[in-house]
Amino acid sequence: MSATSPIAAAAHVVVVGAGQAGFQTALSLRDRAHAGPVTVVGDEPGLPYNRPPLSKSYLTDRSGPASVLLREQMFYATRGIEVRAGVAVTRLDRDRRQVVLAGDERIGFDHLVLATGSRARPITVPGAGLDGVVSLRTLVDATRLRTWIGGPVRDVVVIGGGFIGLELAAAAATAGHHVTVVEAGERPMARAVAPELADHIAAEHCRRGVRLEVSTAVRSIVGRGGHAVGVELEVGEVIRADLVVVGVGAAANSELAGDADLALCPVTGGVLVDERLLTADPAISAIGDCATYPSRFADHPVRLESVQNAVDHARHVAERLVAGSSEPYDKVPWFWTTQFDLKIQTVGIGRPDDERRVVGDPASGAFSVLRFAADRLVAVESVNRPADHMAARRILAGDRRPGPADAQSPGFTLKSFLSVAA
Amino acid sequence: MPQITYIVDGASTTVDADGSSVMHTALRHDIAGIVAECGGNAMCATCHVYVENGPLAALPAISVAEEEMLECTLSPRAENSRLSCQLPVAPTIDGLVVRVAAEQA
Repeated sequence: MSATSPIAAAAHVVVVGAGQAGFQTALSLRDRAHAGPVTVVGDEPGLPYNRPPLSKSYLTDRSGPASVLLREQMFYATRGIEVRAGVAVTRLDRDRRQVVLAGDERIGFDHLVLATGSRARPITVPGAGLDGVVSLRTLVDATRLRTWIGGPVRDVVVIGGGFIGLELAAAAATAGHHVTVVEAGERPMARAVAPELADHIAAEHCRRGVRLEVSTAVRSIVGRGGHAVGVELEVGEVIRADLVVVGVGAAANSELAGDADLALCPVTGGVLVDERLLTADPAISAIGDCATYPSRFADHPVRLESVQNAVDHARHVAERLVAGSSEPYDKVPWFWTTQFDLKIQTVGIGRPDDERRVVGDPASGAFSVLRFAADRLVAVESVNRPADHMAARRILAGDRRPGPADAQSPGFTLKSFLSVAA
Repeated sequence: MPQITYIVDGASTTVDADGSSVMHTALRHDIAGIVAECGGNAMCATCHVYVENGPLAALPAISVAEEEMLECTLSPRAENSRLSCQLPVAPTIDGLVVRVAAEQA
């Protein structure tokens, strides 16, 4: 891999996307004393905000939208970061090194960072366009949703038992609504976590009054007067609904790159980048939710949707641009979610056929699932065991890893393994 | 308004505690070294500080979850280690002095 030259001190870095990744790119460029102009262009109104609370605390607390802003206006002025909010980029002109905005305004760049994120995947069943069928991705979505959740008791059906769907189900159930989650797979969160953990989460939802309908697809959304009133399952039953929330995953916003002839990953739909997070065009990087990159934690390129991934990618690119480093990106992926009193934390990337060992006692409500590939620890998924999570982050960053036999030896903890390793 | 002093790389900055927590106040004043990746949920350990001085008795006790998150942090855990997102701002914390951990997470 050839070394990358640092950008000129006066270089204009343009970031498309004003989410966590775009924000962090601008911040890290300034932290690393980049002197040239930095422009962040985002199609949502307002300043960059923190997305995780939108499906959790923001739905039920009374704080205003300002509570989720990553920084206030003053910060951007002080740091010399120009935020163009509510502005859509319509195309990239790679030959002229310009991004083209609606109305044909152009912004020239010396380096372009695509941090365009992902969007909620729509469902295509009949009735998907009815009033009362919503998805949750943006602050505008969440602000609308929380007026429903803060209102009178209703029947809420969540289509999709992934992280967003379950977080939302937990928030709505806590607020007293009647909540049903419909999941096409055998168990919720099956793609994201091990069955032991998925079952534990499902049981907690049931205990709190959430109804789970698994192994069934949605046939249609039933409407009356243009508004959703029910969700028809493939098995024929219709579940009453005042509100239908669709949480069936997210798709990478990679059209700008694709239209500009940058390669996309046929599996993930993300913008393909190398281990430095650079596209085939040396003037264009792609980071965060929209980027698919080779990871030392997986045997195939990955596209990850998490704050950690967005922030660490952004820092890596800022470092490369300012210092000219050609180091591969190598950060350990981790993720967290809260549902009811469950604090769920994952680290590493699991594979479906991993060997698994449970440490801790699931009956106590605190345990971790350790996942092994070829006798080496590759991922740890914890519920209410932050110490395991923190130790696992350190272990997975290094090369000395426990195997399944270690995990079964008396007195084993990830923390003790780490202290011996150190 | 209570005031908080942050020490970053040996340099002190005293600010009005106008955020909801010691972490949130640091972000509002662009204090370097407080990353706060999880937004204040004690899930990431990127707002690690050492409480150096001030009204220590006014601070809430460390919860089990915070205690566990402080194990295995990059900057070593010390007796005065805290996650600053778990320190709410109140009039009683006026004069608090915290040193921001050099490495976060």
